[in-house]
Amino acid sequence: MGVEVATNYAKMEEDISFTDSQLVYSFRLALKSVSSGDTESYSKLVDVMNPSGRLAPDEAALLLTSTKALSGAVADIDDLHHEKLLKAIFNLSLWNFGPDVIDALLELIVLLAASNGKHVDSCLDMLVSNFTPPNKVLDMLKQPRGLDKKERVLPRVHAALKNISELVPMAASRLSSIVLEQMPWKSKRNVDQWSMKRQLIYVENMFKLESGAIREFVGANMLKDVMIVLRDLDVAIGWDDILHDDSSKGVFMIELEDENYADGDEYADEDGKLPSTLSETSLSKNLTAELLDSLMVQTFEHLESSVSNKRLSEVFDTLLSSFKDTVLNTYKSKFTQFVMFYACALDPEHCGTEFASELIDMFVGGHNPLTRMSAVAYLASFLARGKFLPPAFVASYLGRLVDWCWQYCVMHDGDMNPKLHQVFYSGCQAMMYILCFRMRLMVEIPLLKSQLFCMPIDKIFKHKLDPLKVCLPSIVEEFLKQAKAARLFTSSKTFVFEDLLVSNLSRDFGGLERLDMFFPFDPCLLKNADRSFIRPNYVYWKYVRTTYHEDIDDDDEEDGSDGEVEGVTEFDDDMEEVIISRSYGDNDLEMDEFDYAMNKMSITPRNNSSAGLRMPSRIRPSMSPESL
Amino acid sequence: MEGLSVVAANLKVFLQPSQSNNLTLAIFRELSALLFKYHDEFDGVLLAYNVHAPENKGRILPGVHPFIAVRLEAKLLVFSPKPDMLLEGKVVKVAEESIHVIVLGFSSAVITDEDIRNEFKYKTKHGQGLYVNRSNKRHVIKAGTMIRFVVKSMNEETLHIYGSLIPANTGSIKILEKSSEHTNTESVTINSTPKKRRSKEQEGVAQITEHGSIVKDAPSHNNYDREIKKPRRS
Repeated sequence: MGVEVATNYAKMEEDISFTDSQLVYSFRLALKSVSSGDTESYSKLVDVMNPSGRLAPDEAALLLTSTKALSGAVADIDDLHHEKLLKAIFNLSLWNFGPDVIDALLELIVLLAASNGKHVDSCLDMLVSNFTPPNKVLDMLKQPRGLDKKERVLPRVHAALKNISELVPMAASRLSSIVLEQMPWKSKRNVDQWSMKRQLIYVENMFKLESGAIREFVGANMLKDVMIVLRDLDVAIGWDDILHDDSSKGVFMIELEDENYADGDEYADEDGKLPSTLSETSLSKNLTAELLDSLMVQTFEHLESSVSNKRLSEVFDTLLSSFKDTVLNTYKSKFTQFVMFYACALDPEHCGTEFASELIDMFVGGHNPLTRMSAVAYLASFLARGKFLPPAFVASYLGRLVDWCWQYCVMHDGDMNPKLHQVFYSGCQAMMYILCFRMRLMVEIPLLKSQLFCMPIDKIFKHKLDPLKVCLPSIVEEFLKQAKAARLFTSSKTFVFEDLLVSNLSRDFGGLERLDMFFPFDPCLLKNADRSFIRPNYVYWKYVRTTYHEDIDDDDEEDGSDGEVEGVTEFDDDMEEVIISRSYGDNDLEMDEFDYAMNKMSITPRNNSSAGLRMPSRIRPSMSPESL
Repeated sequence: MEGLSVVAANLKVFLQPSQSNNLTLAIFRELSALLFKYHDEFDGVLLAYNVHAPENKGRILPGVHPFIAVRLEAKLLVFSPKPDMLLEGKVVKVAEESIHVIVLGFSSAVITDEDIRNEFKYKTKHGQGLYVNRSNKRHVIKAGTMIRFVVKSMNEETLHIYGSLIPANTGSIKILEKSSEHTNTESVTINSTPKKRRSKEQEGVAQITEHGSIVKDAPSHNNYDREIKKPRRS
């Protein structure tokens, strides 16, 4: 019975065969003899378990046999007497061995963890350290040989983790902290090529844990840890690397200026040509940004896979809570929040609603003013930029926002004071920001138009608190321009906003952290994440049709608008959808065409809006069947 | 199963002032942090708590960090396995050298082959390891079986229990209870037991004395065995 061993190991003579149980017995003796001072056989055993370099077939066979026999003798392995042996076992890299040896080693690790509570942490450590391969394998991970190795090792490591958690239920609770501890990229450390590759495969493993058999115990923590890594990388990039923050530029101008830059840049990325990424200036050579970009793509892909596994709502709940803990209050977080954006894009009905509701609840019922201001900035940016959000959805949240602002006005009778009423001013600014992007769409739908016109917006702006003087001038200016064109304000009083351009009151309510300037879902500057995932779901300011454009470019746009009107009558049973698609272009829009159009566009708001209008009519023939 | 007890405790929970707006939640959070960990004060692992909401609000303690001290009366379910106690658990893995058991769904227990009485023999069936009682073939311990075993020791930090199947009143719970019922019936009807089985059971009893283990609350069926035996001899 059993495998016969034909190796010349330890006390075994060459011509003697041992059965499994005899071998186990001799190993037990060797282990027990250490406490009595006899370490000869034990040292040989340690040598066998400490192979160096590439193993010859007979060495591999010896290692395999010894590992199997050790599995039978785990009860005799003591953490004090057999420290060297344990160290040798835990230092082994599974990536260096064939499937047989890997299986035997993992069986040994599982039994070690199950037999003695003191070994559990070391065993988990060993398995987690095998999430990433040694450097030589890391290099060839993209090649078939490397992929083969990866397929050989990682599923087995995860199966072993599952086995351990079945045998030692409390182990799962320690796994999360071990995974976090062993994270290759630690904040405040520079990213190099190796750490980048290592981090990528490590996060891949974290996602495997998140969707794997023990997700119940570790899944939520894995997602939170990934969010923390993304946030840390995000912060490490630094806002100053990307933009020179100048409050005199409006929020819309910033987006446009970026496009302008891409237009004029002779070194512009030939295949990318992103409308608003500064990829060629500071981020392209920034490995941290590259790593973050790849991790974001990985996260998006994981979200997609959780949609196909019907787990998105479960994943989203965790994401939402970790967003609140890690991202929401991070000073001008730039990229991480797009994880939420994309999750909402995948399921606007549930995730989008949950996200927006949570944000507005935090704004309305929160305690910390900074959190409330962040929440409302997120809400405004989300509602403005999410192409997947129907106008009725936006209108309902806008309604709540306006109601709160009006209630605030009713309760506060004081004069303008940017610091004291900062939450109120941020709410007003959010309201205007949403309307800058969405007013035209809402005005076009009669029901929403009547809703909008019933909102006490003009009363809020005429209140003594005078939000128009405090909010960011560029937003106020754009909002008033659109409001005027849409005849939103019925009263005869005209709002004077010329003076506001020189006003710096908005700085006061934004405070040191400049929350007045913070619009979290401004164009994502990460190339891959933006191109493949965000862009199809994203509203660019360039493509926003404002309420005033028809007054200006009426003649030019006649053809285009005719076509659009036809579109509405044709598909009026699903009016909202059609309006969205014709206003912003279509998901099926070819990227190259999109880039071309983006780069050819002029940059000033007026010309820009007219150029933006031509787009849908031009691509209309190809998109019409899709919109059916 | 032994080792479980409900204790009434007077606790004092220290909370940060920031948590004063939702005291109940803060108290639950503090107590939940104690769950599934060994605590010297409780002399065991806290498994569950039932707290009566404090009638009087807490007092603010003067000092550098002004915590709120809240007095509570709580009922705690504590798991404190001690050597020689009888525990029950579900077998999750059977190898030749060890049987792995999960107790109460969270604590891992291991019984090494040295602590399995000789009555049990290791076999493999369909690639699955199992321990079969030589005298009662239906007495099988395999993955999924609920067993009763004796505690040898416990690692308080890792909640790892080292157990033993040496005493005769240990093994598969189903079989132990059946045989207990069976022997009960036998004693009432004074039915004769097959010779083979009796002698094997006697072996089991003998084994206890051989290994010198002390069995707490030994089930009464051992006594019945002896009672039945006497008339036979005579």
